[in-house]
Amino acid sequence: MEFDFQYFLGIFFSGLTRGSIYALIALGYTMVYGIIGLINFAHGEIYMLGAFTALIVAGILGGIGLPWWGILVIAALVAMVWCSAYGYTVEKVAYKPLRGASRLAPLISAIGMSTFLQNYVQLAQTSNSVPFPRLIPRRFSFLQDMGNFMAPGDFIMLVTSLLIMVALALFIRYTKMGKAMRATAQNRKMAMLLGIDADRIISLTFIIGSALAALGGTLIAARTGQVGFAIGFLAGMKAFTAAVLGGIGSIPGAMLGGLVLGLAEGFTAGYFSSDYEDVLAFALLVLILIFRPAGLLGRAAIQKV
Amino acid sequence: MLELRDVCTFYGNIPALHGISLRVNEGEIVTLIGANGAGKTTTLMTICGGIQARSGEILYEGSPIQRLRPNQIVRLGISQVPEGRLIFPELTVQENLDLGAFLRSDKENIRRDMDYIFSLFPILAQRRRQAGGTLSGGEQQMLAISRAIMGRPRLLLLDEPSLGLAPIIIQQIFSIIQKINHDGTTVFLVEQNANQALKIAHRGYVMENGRVVMENSAEALLNDQSVRRAYLGM
Repeated sequence: MEFDFQYFLGIFFSGLTRGSIYALIALGYTMVYGIIGLINFAHGEIYMLGAFTALIVAGILGGIGLPWWGILVIAALVAMVWCSAYGYTVEKVAYKPLRGASRLAPLISAIGMSTFLQNYVQLAQTSNSVPFPRLIPRRFSFLQDMGNFMAPGDFIMLVTSLLIMVALALFIRYTKMGKAMRATAQNRKMAMLLGIDADRIISLTFIIGSALAALGGTLIAARTGQVGFAIGFLAGMKAFTAAVLGGIGSIPGAMLGGLVLGLAEGFTAGYFSSDYEDVLAFALLVLILIFRPAGLLGRAAIQKV
Repeated sequence: MLELRDVCTFYGNIPALHGISLRVNEGEIVTLIGANGAGKTTTLMTICGGIQARSGEILYEGSPIQRLRPNQIVRLGISQVPEGRLIFPELTVQENLDLGAFLRSDKENIRRDMDYIFSLFPILAQRRRQAGGTLSGGEQQMLAISRAIMGRPRLLLLDEPSLGLAPIIIQQIFSIIQKINHDGTTVFLVEQNANQALKIAHRGYVMENGRVVMENSAEALLNDQSVRRAYLGM
């Protein structure tokens, strides 16, 4: 069989796109883990809420004659703000009271929060899957000129998520708050002794992580045209896998882990069978946990006594 | 400037401080000496809000601070160099120093203080871009002191700055502490190295088992027979 380069490029970019969304969601897991050592299992639900919020906003704006990109941008922004409020509240309600309790307690609280949010959306919205309005045009002429290896939806997803990740990296690296976040992750007690309000940093982490997840939810919904109350589970598990793959707690790790996972799934689906892409993702998770528990960019934890 | 009145602190149900009273006057170096486990670190952590006092009063400039949170206490002008230095290992030297000035926004003065620190510790200027975790113990102690100074404290709390350092580095650190005090910062110094601490301090307190058992001028403590026997090995 001849090697079809066009097909290869298509697979590569769709994998990369998928990976960039995993990375967006994985950032929320990894940042929260870095600061308070919790796997926030309700994070996938925030992603789902983002998709629903965007759906509602897009539905409202659909009738007033805005251009498609205007609707998409406003829907994404509203979803991000609204879900930040959710993330902030979830932390205050479900995790903050358990600070200082054993590590298991907030984990169980997180699972409970996840179930609660799913059921809440199921009751308040619908248990059926809902179509998301088709906002993104079917064709971008410049993409077709470049060889048509990417769908417009994929193109928008990839570019947006890469831009946001660069912005986040710059924020973490150079701003005062970014430095305070890293300091709090490395030693919360010392950060407090410097006047950093750890509670505010924790809230900020949840807010940023939730906004990223909501953006991911909006983009995916706009691309696939489907929203349902249960979509957060699989997306959350995949992103969690990406975070572990990259090294949980490491921000560049989450970005890399997401892209690697997306590419691996993309190639499996493209050259083997899409039935096996989930199997591959979770097999990867098991293998990392066995052979490189610290992840690709994570450092093995050294316990000082 | 700082006054502790009958402060009791507990870890769970275990008492660590049984009614500590002491006072630090503006411009002084006051040292708190005592053996391991006497409650020296607990005293510092109680002052800076890391642990809540169960009873008693901590007055700073005449107003009680024992119910404030650590970040509020830092805002009042009290900085701590904690036991074990607690450098942020993955942040650069520069970033560690930047965070020392976290609560400040006076850019001009921050830059001036940074220059002041690099004149005190030229080695830190050379290592600016290195990760804090790669510094030697002595350099980390210098960085920890510098980071605290970047908060422009009026009162500097130091917890065992000599711990684990070579004698020549200890000399250097203590002379810098003296210089910082000379330049206008009040210093409260917790030390096991009683000899060195009493040499630079104006006054001293001796702690045993969660109680202050002795209080005098540093000179008198250096010459006191029981202190000499218990803490100076003479």
